[in-house]
Amino acid sequence: MKKHKIGLFIPCYIDLFYPQVGIATLELLEKLGQEVEYPAKQTCCGQPLANSGSEKEAIATYRNFVRNFQDFDYIVTPSGSCAYHVRRHYDVLEQTDAVKKVRETTYELCEFLTDILQVDDLQIRFPHKVGVHNSCHGLRGLKLASASELVEQRYSKLRRLLEKAEGIEIVELDRNDECCGFGGTFSVFEPDLSAKMGKDRISDHERNGVEVITAADMSCLMHLEGIIRRQKKQIQVKHIAEILNSNSL
Amino acid sequence: MTPHAYKAKQFLSNEPRADWHDQTLWLVRQKRDRMAAAVPEWENLRKQASLIKENVLSQLDVFLEQFETEAVKNGVTVLWAKDAAEFNRIILDIIQKHQAKNIVKSKSMLTEECGLNDFLHSRGIEVVDTDLGERIIQFRGETPSHIVLPAIHLKKEEIGETFHEKLGTEKGASDPTYLTRAARQHLREKFLAADMALTGVNFAVAETGSVVVCTNEGNADMGVHAAPVQVHCMGIEKIVPKQEHLGIFTRLLARNATGQAVTTYTSHYRKPKPGGAMYIVIVDNGRSEYLGNPKYMHSLKCIRCGGCMNTCPVYRRSGGHSYGYVIPGPIGSILAPQKNQRKYADLPFASSLCGSCSNVCPVEINIHEQLYDWRQDLTRQKRTSFVKRFSMKAAGFFLSGNARYNFVGQIARWAIRYLPHCLLYLPINAWGRERELPSAPKLSFKQWHGKRVKN
Ligand code: SF4
Repeated sequence: MKKHKIGLFIPCYIDLFYPQVGIATLELLEKLGQEVEYPAKQTCCGQPLANSGSEKEAIATYRNFVRNFQDFDYIVTPSGSCAYHVRRHYDVLEQTDAVKKVRETTYELCEFLTDILQVDDLQIRFPHKVGVHNSCHGLRGLKLASASELVEQRYSKLRRLLEKAEGIEIVELDRNDECCGFGGTFSVFEPDLSAKMGKDRISDHERNGVEVITAADMSCLMHLEGIIRRQKKQIQVKHIAEILNSNSL
Repeated sequence: MTPHAYKAKQFLSNEPRADWHDQTLWLVRQKRDRMAAAVPEWENLRKQASLIKENVLSQLDVFLEQFETEAVKNGVTVLWAKDAAEFNRIILDIIQKHQAKNIVKSKSMLTEECGLNDFLHSRGIEVVDTDLGERIIQFRGETPSHIVLPAIHLKKEEIGETFHEKLGTEKGASDPTYLTRAARQHLREKFLAADMALTGVNFAVAETGSVVVCTNEGNADMGVHAAPVQVHCMGIEKIVPKQEHLGIFTRLLARNATGQAVTTYTSHYRKPKPGGAMYIVIVDNGRSEYLGNPKYMHSLKCIRCGGCMNTCPVYRRSGGHSYGYVIPGPIGSILAPQKNQRKYADLPFASSLCGSCSNVCPVEINIHEQLYDWRQDLTRQKRTSFVKRFSMKAAGFFLSGNARYNFVGQIARWAIRYLPHCLLYLPINAWGRERELPSAPKLSFKQWHGKRVKN
């Protein structure tokens, strides 16, 4: 496997609340022989501000991101929505070589594994019934999987990585790619709708016998986990990096 | 709370009903998916439809003039209205000129947009809506909650009650066939007595000067055939250049709207009937303003199929009336602020930006990206709340520098770890009303990594 120089971007909420997801991502990339560096002065990609309409206030954060990440072959992050934000919405910055490079080389973890490293058998054992939550920006923005609205060949990069795990059962859902209702600050400015959408998503997984909900975005899972814990449900959430890192490589 | 969030909360307070609404529209979405999948060239059709509309918008003046010329040649009177007031006035003039007493109208979102019914009502003129769903909400004094399925928010029992009151159907009857029969009987009388028929327009063909109206109930035809005077009302964006382009749109429209291969009736109106009169009223009402705005002009490609409503996880759970604008759902949320930024400033935020609408849209409107752009514009124009703008400014400051970020991150984690539950979950914490906050582990990733590097 070719060795790349990777800048690891750990989004703010993962850094603060879910360090185990960052650790799993780092360990997995290292096991795959990559040279991973974590630029210590990184903060956030600016998405929460911009999605709330305050793109202008996010510019300084964008610049900080570019400063920290301009010197790598690839920037890899365990978050579909952050990767999408950098690629799609850093168009408001002046398109210097550094900005262009950062936008082109930022990858969500799963697509980095399947598209750049071209691995799909990570020799995992995960004997559980798993429901894949397709987070919207990963799905429709990064095209990590085919979207149910489009008439196209069906595929899923997440499933491709999970499928070969020993003992795993990937569960079919009633609504394969409906939004969980997190939506950044949508979750606090439309709290009732956001919670209802989350509850409906969880019911779908429960109804179909899922034990573990996984996704390429911890933000969706944070929202779902918040509801699961409040309602004292059995079902669990686990970021896909944690599953992929539980291997015997 | 924003108006939309407030109305959504009300809608959700009856959870079984909200679930029913969600499920009903989801079924429509599933039917649409099956129908679309049966057309292998589906994505290609969307692309073509989108390009044709873009071409139309890029030289709309030329196409409109061509359309007018052809229509006039066919013996049609073409009238132009710059806004809602002028449109309503024109319709009133036509009514007075022909001394029309009994007016029937098939579905037209444009007349809703212009408030035609109310305008005429205040002048003592009644218009009978002949689309079944429209008639139901007209009986109830409501507005449509969906552009294709205007009474989708009502259950059949409620419709039964309304019909009992207005049409004398049996009390408690809710059998759809029985109710539909009663409505048909009632409408038949209206059609037979009609001396003027109003319709909306789905497509206006520039090369022939004819208009096309798609319905499932045939009510546009019934009205137009029965009444000596026919009036077709269209927005300036309804143009398609050629007859041969129609096939692309009619194949997309019904499949995407209701999951039918084609609408039951696709009616082409070209010239007045012998001894009759035909009018086409072309309305701007703000449209030419969006046309000049490169960011938002694509919203004018909309063919009003309603697909973006059926797929929208927010719309399905908050209902059409929660938007407070005549066109609800994703497309309504990008059209409304063009009409009135202050009044509809909350609508572009009434979305999780999931993007399903853009994928469903048969003319490839980038709806979710326009929602994002509107958010920026409305914030810049200070149309959003001060608290929101201020907190984003503060967040922008803290997120843009490493030391500042670490400092607030530390505080947030400390608060979650050590503050008592009652303080953390004060009512101001909207997140915490139905959700737990994430737990904060001892070390952040950054701290963990710092230690790892040292060792
Ligand atoms: S925006 Fe697109 S999906 Fe929505 S009603 Fe218009 S044409 Fe249909």
